[in-house]
Amino acid sequence: MSVLKVRGLWAGYTELDILQDVSMQVKAGQIVSIIGPNGAGKSTLLKAVFGMLKPKKGRVVLKNEDITGRQPNKVARKGISYVPQVNNVFPSLTIQENLEMGAFIRTDDFSGRMDEIYSLFPVLKEKRKQKAGQLSGGQRQMVAMGRALMLNPVLLLLDEPSAGLAPLLVSMIFEKIRQINQTGVSIAIVEQNAREALKMSDYGYVLAMGRNVLDGSGESLLNNEEVARLYLGG
Amino acid sequence: MVELVVYGVVLGSVIALGAIGITLVYGIVRLANFAHGEFMTAGAYLALLVVTVVLPWLGVPDGTFGPLSFGVRMLVAFPLCMGVVAGMAVLIDRLLYRKLRLKNSGPVILAMASLGISFIIRMLILIIWGADYRFYRPGVLRPAMDLPLGIKIRPDQVFIIATVLVLVVLLHLFLQKTRMGKAMRATADNTELALISGIDTEAIVMWTWGIGGGLAAAAGILYGIDVQLHPGMGWNFLIPLFAAAILGGIGNMYGALVGGLVIGIAEQVSTAWLTPTYKLAVAFMIMILILFVRPQGIFGERSR
Repeated sequence: MSVLKVRGLWAGYTELDILQDVSMQVKAGQIVSIIGPNGAGKSTLLKAVFGMLKPKKGRVVLKNEDITGRQPNKVARKGISYVPQVNNVFPSLTIQENLEMGAFIRTDDFSGRMDEIYSLFPVLKEKRKQKAGQLSGGQRQMVAMGRALMLNPVLLLLDEPSAGLAPLLVSMIFEKIRQINQTGVSIAIVEQNAREALKMSDYGYVLAMGRNVLDGSGESLLNNEEVARLYLGG
Repeated sequence: MVELVVYGVVLGSVIALGAIGITLVYGIVRLANFAHGEFMTAGAYLALLVVTVVLPWLGVPDGTFGPLSFGVRMLVAFPLCMGVVAGMAVLIDRLLYRKLRLKNSGPVILAMASLGISFIIRMLILIIWGADYRFYRPGVLRPAMDLPLGIKIRPDQVFIIATVLVLVVLLHLFLQKTRMGKAMRATADNTELALISGIDTEAIVMWTWGIGGGLAAAAGILYGIDVQLHPGMGWNFLIPLFAAAILGGIGNMYGALVGGLVIGIAEQVSTAWLTPTYKLAVAFMIMILILFVRPQGIFGERSR
């Protein structure tokens, strides 16, 4: 069963469309990577799915519901959470408050969910009274993911979670993503770090110039010579 | 000298109430609200209307509380007028600023629109009440109390400081403890992420205007109790308000509180050497100095 289906999406910030007829899907329980060179439209694709950008043509379907062009706060209520690449925490709020804001639209008791997130990221529990702006890059990324998970999303959209992190932290973040996925959350991830991303992915899409170039299982893309030459750095 | 500092604290606490509103609105709505002084004036004159016309007509008894210059009428008028000005601020946002935001108008357009609102409110008050000075209770002069160090302070002024203190503590608790207050701080931090988290930022904007408008009305009424009412009173507060907000780091509520006190004290203490006419110039000089030396304000961390 597919959680997310994107069909023939056209979208952009101006008259010029960055996404030109892009299609993809995420099946239940999968990690799906979207890779490609800079300016391929990877981040734009996530933004268009989450409703931060109104598509001009095409459809975005969550489970069986058409959510094309819905406002982000509506999409969040439907079960998608999105972690932007930059500015993804509230710097003057404490870690705990950041998580509370993630659960803003929940009217039920979410303390259990918060405990789950603290057990996924124990360091956050230790520092829960600290302001998010004082944290290191890796810890900020954990806060950002924790905030996004507060709504128990069915699908998590991650925009370059490893950007700007030291190699050791990169593998730690990827390990956390795998753990999140094991709790049943489907994940769509945009990554520059294509090799690492594909290794843990069930499926991958290669975008270039706003169009689909290739797709296939993570393994098949890793072993594809053209992908290796163009996008994995030899 | 000590006495001037005490008067400065009284004036400063009024400035602080207004400056907190300016700084909250700027931090969340991204609007330099030039009509904020007129919210003060509007609150003061609405209270005049309630105290001298509406409540006597309803048969609410006159009278004063002990050594204070006002009684139960003012106690009713105070929260009522805070509420009315809060509603007015929200309404102006819905009718004007929201439409400009939806058109992606820049900060200059928004600021100019607020300048227009400021003229409209001031002129309306001038048309309705005239240009004369007004008092909530003409002819009553309460003797000042003598404190140690030869300080004289009127009971009204003690009430003013106490009221500001209560309002600031309530606002602090709202921002730190409630879900809506935290969402306000989150929106000020990062509006896009607030939207992504599902926070209805337009609702936050309305809360912000409501709080800013209510506090401005309170500041205007308190100033009216302390001194007098005049259609230009709020406009004359505009420079001290912005000076206080900038001094404390624009967007920072606690900074605005300290900034207000500093500006108020500086203005009053300056009258030891300068004629009181130069008070505004003192506030203006402090603002210029801060903009040169430390544009992010004393408590500012981030650049905007």
